[in-house]
Amino acid sequence: MTVLQWILLIFLIVCAISVSFTKNLLTSIIIFMAYSLIMSIIWILLESPDLAITEAAVGAGVTSVLFFVTLKKIRAIVEEEKDEQDQ
Amino acid sequence: MSRINKDYKNTKRYRFHQWMNGELDPFIGNVEMKEEKQDSFQSVPKRDIRKKDPMIDHTLLKDKKEFRWYNRIYRVLSLVICLVLIAMLLMTVFYLPSIGDAQNPASNEVVERYIENGLQETGAVNIVTGMILDYRAFDTFGESNVLFIAACCVLILLRIDVDDAKNNSKAEKARIEAEMNDRLYEPKNDLILQKVAFFLVPFLMIFGIYIILNGHLSPGGGFSGGAVIGAGLILYLNAFGFKKTERFFTQKTFKTVTFCALTFYCLAKSYSFFTGANHIESHIPLGKAGAIISSGLILPLNICVGMVVACTMYTFYVLFRKGGF
Repeated sequence: MTVLQWILLIFLIVCAISVSFTKNLLTSIIIFMAYSLIMSIIWILLESPDLAITEAAVGAGVTSVLFFVTLKKIRAIVEEEKDEQDQ
Repeated sequence: MSRINKDYKNTKRYRFHQWMNGELDPFIGNVEMKEEKQDSFQSVPKRDIRKKDPMIDHTLLKDKKEFRWYNRIYRVLSLVICLVLIAMLLMTVFYLPSIGDAQNPASNEVVERYIENGLQETGAVNIVTGMILDYRAFDTFGESNVLFIAACCVLILLRIDVDDAKNNSKAEKARIEAEMNDRLYEPKNDLILQKVAFFLVPFLMIFGIYIILNGHLSPGGGFSGGAVIGAGLILYLNAFGFKKTERFFTQKTFKTVTFCALTFYCLAKSYSFFTGANHIESHIPLGKAGAIISSGLILPLNICVGMVVACTMYTFYVLFRKGGF
């Protein structure tokens, strides 16, 4: 186990814990994205690059975008919209 | 009979029944079930958390003795359960076999066969793809169908029926219009996003196509490449709006592409299963290992899976956005 792997694994645990402690939904989605990104790097270090590509595309990309759209639809990210209308 | 029914309202059973139906809360008392106002979609207020309603704000219940006790026990118990679960999982990890050990239960004759004869039998340099799309092609077929069915389910759940708007009330009509209008605000003409997408989308597409076409030679394959292409399509849609994407991708495109890909997959694999099971010589050449056009059916099947995955990803996004194409 190299030092880099240890750092990544610790970051993974920190992400997983902090997701459940954030009050803001938007923040938790961004932490989830960071988790997926770290996970894809770990997949490369575990010598499975095909899984890394899928994790980066699906986990960090498409799933988080779907979460964002859902948050917008249920009006959980409403304040930014108001700012845009004010301008 | 009458003797039992007399005290029924005071029994624990009746209270439990009420609690199950949401009419009674053990700490608040009777709960009134209010009907939601049929407001127009635009004027839905932001949920006010500070409202003085014990249903929403549990800090108002702080003074109740039972609630304090409940809270304390709840915290302690949840902590205990969490710690026990963590301990159990960590204990299990210690019993797992180490990675790459020859004595592992996973290293049996199946793996040996895949590694030793995989290249000759499938013609794929990438053993993983050879396994997924040749030895276990039936599983992959099922997975592609699962994706298609998932897209259909999302379509059923999130579809907005335009024809229904005529019969409904005014508020309902306004709501449907507001949902449909999601596309009116597009494109937002975000200059940074558009410039980034302008440079990034071609590379994403080419990278996705490369992963799919090289699935039998290098790491990757239909699913990863399709996911990359789908993400690229979503980025393009976000930057340039629905008008531009609808020129080449509508509901009809989704239906046709997915149906054709799944049918081709089914027919091609049926042929190879049929010939394989009856020991008939298959007329699909395996080609020279390492060349782009080689390894028989794996390349076309990879393309099929990639198309299904890319279409499904994009369709999910569009359905989430505005419930229909």
